[in-house]
Amino acid sequence: MTHSILSRERLLRKDTALRLLRQAVLIFGSIIMVLPFVWMLSTSLKPPTEVISWPPRFIPLHPTLENYQTVFETAPFHLFFLNSLAMASVSTISILLTSTLAGFVFGKYRFPGRGFLFILILATAMVPFETYMIPLYLVMKDLKFINTFPGLVAPYLIMSYGIFFMRQNVIASLPDELIDAARIDGANEWRMYWQLVVPLLRGAMGALGIFAFMQTWAAFIWPLIITSNRQLWTMELGLGMFQFRYSVELGPINAGSMLSILPVLLVFVVLRRNIVRGIALTGMKA
Amino acid sequence: MPIRRSTAAISAVPPGASPGERIAWGVARLFGINRFELSKRVFAYLALIPVLAIYLVLRIIPILQNFVFSFYNSTIANPRASFAGLDNYISLFQDRLFLISLRNTTLFAVFVTLFSVLFALGLAALLAGKPRFGGFYEALYFLPVITPMVPVSIVWKWIYDPTYGLLNYILSWFGLRPVGWLIYPDLAIWAIIAMSVWKVIGYNMVIFLVGIRDIPESYFEAARIDGANNWQVFRRITLPLLRPILLFVVVISTINAYNIFTQVYVMTSGPQGAPGNAVRTVVFDIYENAFRYFKTGYAASEAVILFLIVLGLTLIQFTVSRQREE
Repeated sequence: MTHSILSRERLLRKDTALRLLRQAVLIFGSIIMVLPFVWMLSTSLKPPTEVISWPPRFIPLHPTLENYQTVFETAPFHLFFLNSLAMASVSTISILLTSTLAGFVFGKYRFPGRGFLFILILATAMVPFETYMIPLYLVMKDLKFINTFPGLVAPYLIMSYGIFFMRQNVIASLPDELIDAARIDGANEWRMYWQLVVPLLRGAMGALGIFAFMQTWAAFIWPLIITSNRQLWTMELGLGMFQFRYSVELGPINAGSMLSILPVLLVFVVLRRNIVRGIALTGMKA
Repeated sequence: MPIRRSTAAISAVPPGASPGERIAWGVARLFGINRFELSKRVFAYLALIPVLAIYLVLRIIPILQNFVFSFYNSTIANPRASFAGLDNYISLFQDRLFLISLRNTTLFAVFVTLFSVLFALGLAALLAGKPRFGGFYEALYFLPVITPMVPVSIVWKWIYDPTYGLLNYILSWFGLRPVGWLIYPDLAIWAIIAMSVWKVIGYNMVIFLVGIRDIPESYFEAARIDGANNWQVFRRITLPLLRPILLFVVVISTINAYNIFTQVYVMTSGPQGAPGNAVRTVVFDIYENAFRYFKTGYAASEAVILFLIVLGLTLIQFTVSRQREE
């Protein structure tokens, strides 16, 4: 009797110990995950003398926002920010339009060539961008798109995962009966798309839209190749190029980095659950 | 699914139809379908035309052209100046820089995948037990995944700084001497591996977590009743049932790692970085050959090699997961 109570107590204690250990491991990991961001923020708030003080401090002695001003003086970062914003927005709108339209057609219509076209679209998703960026550049050159906004945004107008994702959503959330009923009521196919499909897919569009925006915002190698005119540089490209030249001025470059992750961070904080779930369910490339 | 030919009764023109309607019925009959089926098909094709046109110009043509270019010598003005046959490929495997790049990229891919999968698996196992603040931890681990690569590379470069870097400072607590993480050729690649593992752990973790949560609770309960401890449950239940997902994550991670470019470009090129070719990667080599030296054909042949590696990995995943389904 006593023995069994004792062992239960021991088990309970062991359980608590394991839980504490688990929390300790998770906290330790979280610190490593967050530390670079804290360090970025901290550096961006330090005056130049404090940036390279030793030992380094996490909380600036004399916090200042001057780096956020300096970064706009060293380079036209306001322009880079607007370019990124324009590029990501156009890309997001285009991906949402093409994905819902093609997803609807592939999900609900039967026509010769359907299977082949769908597989063709999915197959292109498996080819990494880096393996065809050279011919793509030359296509852009033929179209006179080098150093233009259309050239910058072109590769991000479509997303195979988006079409796949929307097709799944159409099949899951749009019963055939509803379509037939709309047809009997005299709706033509285009009206059906605008008035039935688009509103029904609003949730899915939110998830895909956020994902598309973040992906295009983060683009680096394509803007690097396609633009030499600084007026067209994006936030990422501007940061990537200026960190070479202003290597000593760590304050401003970290302030610029903060500005570049801020939009993404805000969206993530607000819509975390949707983002994580969306990426997990579709296996979308991050 | 083949479209069934409609019966004569359906395809008959309704009485009192306008001339336009009559034509539509006629066209529909030509294809052996009725008028309504025709308007559906017209919509389907019209809606797909712009999408497919973009795919053709921006994906399909470039993907195919890349193979063609790889068989040509190129000049700045003309990517297909003269036919080279397999010359590009032959010189590729005598090119020291390419071989170094391929070796570095493979090393990078293997270790980023290994570490990120192991850590992510461990984290997912811990989080699957629904610990307190679980959702909060999940978000924190996912944070690096959603942040763009450039700012993250900039801050890591700063953390790795030999004189004022945070990493050396933390190591100094343990009495370790400062190290030039990105300066020593032997260390630089490991520094970039560590940073890249940090970046992708959250993604792998979330996918594992979904996989573990899909395993019916009753399996775990049954194992516990039989007296299995945590490790045994993980080893005998979780891990075997997670295998298809494990394979998926390993393949995706390896493919993504093979395309590494941005963090290498930001962290090692430029005046103060750059330990020679210590962290030169395949995409970096492609970029330099194509856009700095204008050796388009040569760079295209490198891209073909990269494509074949990725294709091989994808095929492995397809075959193994199909075998499992059967």
